[in-house]
Amino acid sequence: MASPARFPDAYPPDGSGANLADILERVLDKGIVIAGDIRINLLDIELLTIKLRLIVASIDKAKEMGIDWWEDDPALSTGARRRELARENDELKERIAALESARNAEAAEGAVREKRAASAKKEQGAVTDE
Amino acid sequence: MNDVREHEHELLYVYAVTRPFATALPDGVRGLDGKPPGLIEHRGLCAAVSRVPAEDFNAGPLRAHLEDLDWLGRTARTHEAVIAALATVTCPVPLRLATVCRDENGVRRLLDSGRARFVRAIERLDGRIEWGVKVYAQAQQPFPSRELDPPEPKAATGRDYLRRRLGERQSRDEIWRRAGALSRALHAELCDRAEAGRLHRPQNARLSGEPGENVLNAAYLVPLDRSEDFVAAIRDFIPHIEGVRVELTGPWAPYSFAGGPDDGHGQVDQASREGREEQ
Repeated sequence: MASPARFPDAYPPDGSGANLADILERVLDKGIVIAGDIRINLLDIELLTIKLRLIVASIDKAKEMGIDWWEDDPALSTGARRRELARENDELKERIAALESARNAEAAEGAVREKRAASAKKEQGAVTDE
Repeated sequence: MNDVREHEHELLYVYAVTRPFATALPDGVRGLDGKPPGLIEHRGLCAAVSRVPAEDFNAGPLRAHLEDLDWLGRTARTHEAVIAALATVTCPVPLRLATVCRDENGVRRLLDSGRARFVRAIERLDGRIEWGVKVYAQAQQPFPSRELDPPEPKAATGRDYLRRRLGERQSRDEIWRRAGALSRALHAELCDRAEAGRLHRPQNARLSGEPGENVLNAAYLVPLDRSEDFVAAIRDFIPHIEGVRVELTGPWAPYSFAGGPDDGHGQVDQASREGREEQ
C-alpha cells in the first residue's frame, strides 16, 4: 500500500550484465543535456561530433569494437549511402560472375558435345524467362 | 568536499539529479574516482557527483578521451552503475555522459539553470523504471529448402546457383517478416501496459555481441508497482517462433524518458524502425 514496491531483479538474470550497446545508447544519446562549466562541442551539437570524430579518429578500433552503428545511419554518414551502393554493386557483380561461369561451362561442354550444349542453352533461356 | 580551493586541479562530474534523499546508497557503488559518489544538495534538488582530475575532464583532454573507445566504454559503464545505484533508492534524472562543473558553485548553477526541467522530470518519473525489450531475427542457418536444392552438393549451373540464392533469400525474408510482425504486436501490447514507450535505433550486433539482427529496440516506462506484471506479460506474450528471439533488459533508470519534448527527445524514433523493417 503505502510501502513502495520492491525494486525488481535485474534482467538478464544470469548476471551477465548489460551489453555495451545498451549502456552507450542510454548514457550518450539519452538523459538530460545541460551545459556544465566545461563546454564541449559534442553537447552543443547532439553528439554528432563525437560520432563522426570516432569514425575519423579511430575507425579501425571502432570497427573492432563494433561501435560504428552511426555509419549505417544515412542522417549521420554519407558513408552509409556509399556502402549501400557498394553492396548493391557487389551483389550485381556476383550475379554476373555466376551467369558468366555458367555460360563458360556450357561453352566448354559445347566444344565436346554440341548437342548437350545446345539443350543447356535452352534451359538457360528458360531461366531468364522465369 | 567542503574546501573547493584544495581541489583546484579537480573538477566535479555530475551523474544525475534527484530530490534530496535519506536512504543510503547500496554498498560497493563506486564513481569515476573509485569512491562512493558525493551528494550536493541545493534548494530542494541534489546532484550526485564525483571529483575527477582536470587533466582528464577539461574540454581539451575530454574531447580526446571521448575518441578513445576503451576510455569511453569504461566511463559509460561507471556512469551507468552510479545511476543504477541511485535508482534503487530514489528517482534519478540521468544527465548525459560527461557533464562537468568546475566546483560546487558550478553544480549549484547547473541545478538552478535546469531547475524547471529537473523538477518536471522528477514529477513525471518518480516511482517508475525503464525496461528494455529487443527482438532479434536470427537467420544464421538458412532453412533447408529441399524442393529447391539441386540434387548435387554443389551448384552445377548458374540456374542452380540462382535458385539456391533465391531460396536462402526467401527464408531470410520469412524470418524478418515474422520478427517484424512480432515486434509490432509486442510493441502495441507493451505500450498498452506501460506508461510510455520509445523506439530506439536497432543495435549493431558487433557492439552488442548478440547473435542475430536487432529488429525491435524499445524502452518502456513502467511504474514500480506494475513492474512484475509487465515482466510476466512479456514472458506470456512471447511465442516460440523459429529464428526470432525476444530479450528483456533492466530495470534501467528512466534514461529514455528523461528528456521532455523541450529536450528534443520526445519524438518516437518511428522512422528509423520502419526503414529498418522494410529492408
